[in-house]
Amino acid sequence: MSFSVMLEQLSSGMLKSMGIFFWTVALSLPLGLFVSFGRMSKNPVIKNIVKFYISVMRGTPLMLQLMVVYYGPYYLFGMNIKSFRFPAIIIGFAINYAAYFAEIFRSGIESMPVGQYEAAQMLGYSKSQTFIKIIFPQVIKRILPSITNEVITLVKDTSLAFSLAYMEMFTIAKQIVARESVFTPFIVAGIFYYVFNYIVAAFMEFIEKKMSYYR
Amino acid sequence: MKILEMNHIRKSFGSLDVIKDISLSVSEGEILSIIGPSGSGKSTILRCATMLETIDSGEIIYLGEKAAFTSDGGNVVYAKGEKAKKINSNFGLVFQNFNLFPHYSVLKNIMDAPIHVQKRDKAEVLETSRALLKKMGLSDKENYYPCQLSGGQQQRVSIARALCMKPKILFFDEPTSALDPELTLEILKVIRDLAKEHMTMVIVTHEMTFAKEVSNRIIFMEKGVIVEETTPDKLFNSDNERTREFLGKYYNS
Repeated sequence: MSFSVMLEQLSSGMLKSMGIFFWTVALSLPLGLFVSFGRMSKNPVIKNIVKFYISVMRGTPLMLQLMVVYYGPYYLFGMNIKSFRFPAIIIGFAINYAAYFAEIFRSGIESMPVGQYEAAQMLGYSKSQTFIKIIFPQVIKRILPSITNEVITLVKDTSLAFSLAYMEMFTIAKQIVARESVFTPFIVAGIFYYVFNYIVAAFMEFIEKKMSYYR
Repeated sequence: MKILEMNHIRKSFGSLDVIKDISLSVSEGEILSIIGPSGSGKSTILRCATMLETIDSGEIIYLGEKAAFTSDGGNVVYAKGEKAKKINSNFGLVFQNFNLFPHYSVLKNIMDAPIHVQKRDKAEVLETSRALLKKMGLSDKENYYPCQLSGGQQQRVSIARALCMKPKILFFDEPTSALDPELTLEILKVIRDLAKEHMTMVIVTHEMTFAKEVSNRIIFMEKGVIVEETTPDKLFNSDNERTREFLGKYYNS
């Protein structure tokens, strides 16, 4: 196998890895915010259900969770899961990352000084106005470094999709290595991950800079 | 006309009674100062008046409308919905720590609520805001962010922000306690100017000389009760032993 063919195969795999990445980010961030509201709920039932959900998501391997999401419907309901592979991966990643993001959102929201809420109340802002206009923008700035951390971990975690035999980049790299007895696909895979993460980190830094106009 | 009436207010935090049956009222154009040692409940009474704390019993009335009252069953009932909004628009509060919104520019801090809460005309609000900033000596700072300003400047912005809502009464909760003596003078000058315009104000302060000079009436509070309530001249020549002792500490230091 020539180097260019290998590169082509790995590149097509990289597109799939990036697909997992973007879908997961797009779904888990809003879901995580929603979960954090549940985690901070005054209703003890909601709060404890969400706490349990977060502890399971953080306390068991993502690979296991992916398998449960994918094979679960078959074993439980005898559902045909052939075309369910990609949705299962995205659901598995999204609910796992949402749990981590929820705790990051919570830390940010709870770190806001009470004076900001009081000032907003004095000016007559409604609860939703207060959150959307005053609290949330400041929370984003506070939690951005933690979000960056998680997002970078996610880039590397996409390789876990191999457990559902999904042809993302690292799965392809391993197959080529096994078939051709060469080591170069691993090196190329490493470079792919690194370059992608470099871009992700640069983008996050750009957003951080954009928000550095205030303290 | 009475702007604010507070009758038989009680408030406790756990087993600690912070406010013990306090009644006070403020008439239009009047300037009332509340002084007293730390922990006397003077900030708490202000926070009760501005609905930042809920009272345990008593009633709060703004311009004849009940913001809170104790029902026959002994529960405190607060006004809700549109009525609460209307009542709350009567007052503004200036905090000890300013509490400006750090992600908004000076101008946006002042203009945002009048536009998006009170739904006032943008051009009118801009005009009002600029006039207030001019009065505060901050005309050149409208595009600055709070972190670029001194404490005194931040406090003046927060006063402008409160005034832009056109409140009928303005509360000050130790407005100079976070400032050094020089910056304190800046703020006192602003409050003095407002006094000349007969702005109705309630000021919780440790600045005794200022309180004496600017107020129509002073309340001396201690341990959750009003020890004395009188004119500045009478208070500073009080026969009350506790008042003399407290004020003496300021004058002898």
